[in-house]
Amino acid sequence: MKPREIPVSAWIGILGILVAFFCALFAPWIAPYGEREIVGSVWEPMGGTYLLGTDNLGRDLLSRMIYGARTTLTVALSATVLAFAVGVSLSFLAAVSRGLVDQVLSRFNDLMMSIPTLILALVVLAVLPQNIVILVLVIALLESTRVFRLGRAVALDVAVMEFVEAARLRGEGKLWIIFREILPNTLSPLLAEFGLRFAFSILFVSTLSFLGLGIQPPAADWGGMVKDNKDGIIFGISAALVPGSAIAALAVCVNLVVDWLLKRTSSLKGGRGDA
Amino acid sequence: MHELLSVRNLKIEATAYPPGEAPRDITIVEDVSFDLSKGRVLGLIGESGAGKSTIGLSALACGRGSARITGGEVLLDGENILALDKAGIRKVRGARVCYVAQSAAAAFNPAHRLGDQVIEASLTHKLMTAQEARRRAAYLFGVLGLPDPEHFGERYPHQVSGGQLQRAMTAMALCTNPELIVFDEPTTALDVTTQIDVLAAIKHAIEETRTAALYITHDLAVVAQISDDIMVLRQGKTVEYGTTHQIIEQPAQDYTRALVNVRQAKKDEAKDQSDAQLRVDHVTAAYGNGFTVLHDVSLHLPKGQTLAIVGESGSGKSTLARVITGLLPPREGTITFDGRLLTPALKNRSRDELRRIQLIYQMADTAMNPRQTVRDIIGRPLTFYYGLHGAEKTARVKELLEQIEMASGFVDRYPAELSGGQKQRVAIARALAAKPELILCDEPTSALDPLVAEGILSLLMRLQAETQVSYMFITHDIAIVRAIADSVAVMHRGRLVRFGPKSRVLSPPFDDYTDLLLKSVPEMEVGWLERALATRKMTSAGN
Repeated sequence: MKPREIPVSAWIGILGILVAFFCALFAPWIAPYGEREIVGSVWEPMGGTYLLGTDNLGRDLLSRMIYGARTTLTVALSATVLAFAVGVSLSFLAAVSRGLVDQVLSRFNDLMMSIPTLILALVVLAVLPQNIVILVLVIALLESTRVFRLGRAVALDVAVMEFVEAARLRGEGKLWIIFREILPNTLSPLLAEFGLRFAFSILFVSTLSFLGLGIQPPAADWGGMVKDNKDGIIFGISAALVPGSAIAALAVCVNLVVDWLLKRTSSLKGGRGDA
Repeated sequence: MHELLSVRNLKIEATAYPPGEAPRDITIVEDVSFDLSKGRVLGLIGESGAGKSTIGLSALACGRGSARITGGEVLLDGENILALDKAGIRKVRGARVCYVAQSAAAAFNPAHRLGDQVIEASLTHKLMTAQEARRRAAYLFGVLGLPDPEHFGERYPHQVSGGQLQRAMTAMALCTNPELIVFDEPTTALDVTTQIDVLAAIKHAIEETRTAALYITHDLAVVAQISDDIMVLRQGKTVEYGTTHQIIEQPAQDYTRALVNVRQAKKDEAKDQSDAQLRVDHVTAAYGNGFTVLHDVSLHLPKGQTLAIVGESGSGKSTLARVITGLLPPREGTITFDGRLLTPALKNRSRDELRRIQLIYQMADTAMNPRQTVRDIIGRPLTFYYGLHGAEKTARVKELLEQIEMASGFVDRYPAELSGGQKQRVAIARALAAKPELILCDEPTSALDPLVAEGILSLLMRLQAETQVSYMFITHDIAIVRAIADSVAVMHRGRLVRFGPKSRVLSPPFDDYTDLLLKSVPEMEVGWLERALATRKMTSAGN
């Protein structure tokens, strides 16, 4: 893959994601002030000393955005990746095995999906100790039920193809069939879903933070910052919109990259060839 | 006096999008001219990619996909339809020129009754009232030999057989009383025993309605029965154009001669057929829902020989292969391989048992993972059964490619980058990689063009001579059976009708079904259709 062949839209996406990661990795060095440091008065306007103004407690908004990228990215990305790892493996196992395994997994999945996600998350997080690992696990578990549904449906389509039968006849094990025969042929819908799920995870973390169950103050995260500054909107103060836009921009960037990957993988499948 | 349809110097181009390159225009059809007068039938024949369907659609001023008609003219009754605007073309399509597609099952809307769909064009073009159209439809159903013509139109597409559906589609095309019908491979997807009836029905209907027709097919023997003239096409250019008689009896071009003389390969059957490497004993098999597909089948296959299984679709021949591979364990009966009882279910078989029996599928497209390169496809059995890796494996892959007469440059290609014949060769190489003792071939050539299929057959024969592998060859094509088999099993509705050495099975006295099957195979001879219909003992059921 030559850099020249990557379309502009994908470059924009890659750039956006890199900026977010750069902020997350080097936060202590690039942030002008500390994460929890109160540096000015409440809701100072943009520009001047504080590039993005200050928040509801007088903390520098830019610094908190940079630190917030850490938590938001870590939680959303690891939760989505985990959700996909679990959802895809289990759904493919169900599609390849059929019979009892499929029934047990699918019905359990239905059971999970029948409980409203937010309520389930609230209950679980209220009972368990509040730390970032638990948070990631809970979000991953909830998201994985959606991934399972999609994964099983696309895998069933591929599992009946003759090349899968040929692999069975060769005597291949389930792992080979799942990861070598089926997975490469289901990448397109799964990638599309990944972009979507990632955006949803960010929103879900934000929702939980908003309700006070996600990332605990004073640690910064973009969703929590929207909540902290929401009252300002009534007074015409735009502090809440900054983290909000950052969430939107990151979701768009991820989806730009995913769209490009999608085009690449789908051109592999149809028509004559690829590279 | 001008002809009904005159095509002059037709040129059709399309834009190709080769991966990693700039899109470029390619010429699909170049400088094709022909005339068709009222009541005559012109056969367009050629391999896939010859441009025959594209030419057929040009009579409807239609370019499929990105194909564009860029040169020449198509004169319908003296009027150039390529110059018409959209509204003008709409008046021509469906009313004056109609189209019969290859797959009637895909061309009918399953949610509407056949009768409503058949008369639809007549109504939208305001050619007749609903009542007149219905009457005409019933008349056409009768002409086409459909059962209960008065009420046939009340059925839904899923309630009739494939052959009936194809005839209903012909009725749909004929309903508006068009001047020209384009038949695009109307019998290719049908069984031979069904094909003969549909062919006869179409021929009768064309004669009855005095409609002109373009008949597109890849099967010269079929087109010889129905058309007055034949045009042979190759890569978008005319190879030969003449009367049916001249093309069949005295072909002038080498390519036409090759088409006429295809399947000349003959193999003498083995003398000694007593030995049994594979023995199927009283096998009865059923699918999960209790539907029995095989009834008490017993046959055997000697080592290094070829057993051909023939029968129409639904006769259970593919199911027999599934039973032998273990995909569908038999309900009763046993299968012995090399003197030892074969484990019935696939999941209980040892790796060595699996290695010794390989399967080649009909559709090489779906039988290979589109995301794996040729190296991975052929290399996997080598790693799996023989533990080969790295350079050793690559060397063996290249050796196998050489065996299937393909250059070693193909190792890094994906299946989508291969032609149909090449794909089937790679599938054969994948089977060979396991060094099997028996290969089950499930119609490996039926999706291929005749000349390509011939290449695959001779490759299989050569490999048998070299490696002493046995074949169980499932086919519906009697010509292939004559060419390659040592013994033959004829199947009909899940039962074994006839089994024995080729010479005995394919010579009289015949039972009724074998007689029908043999008589239904089109022969490269003008007038075969009438003769076959007159002499057969049994009519094909339900068609």
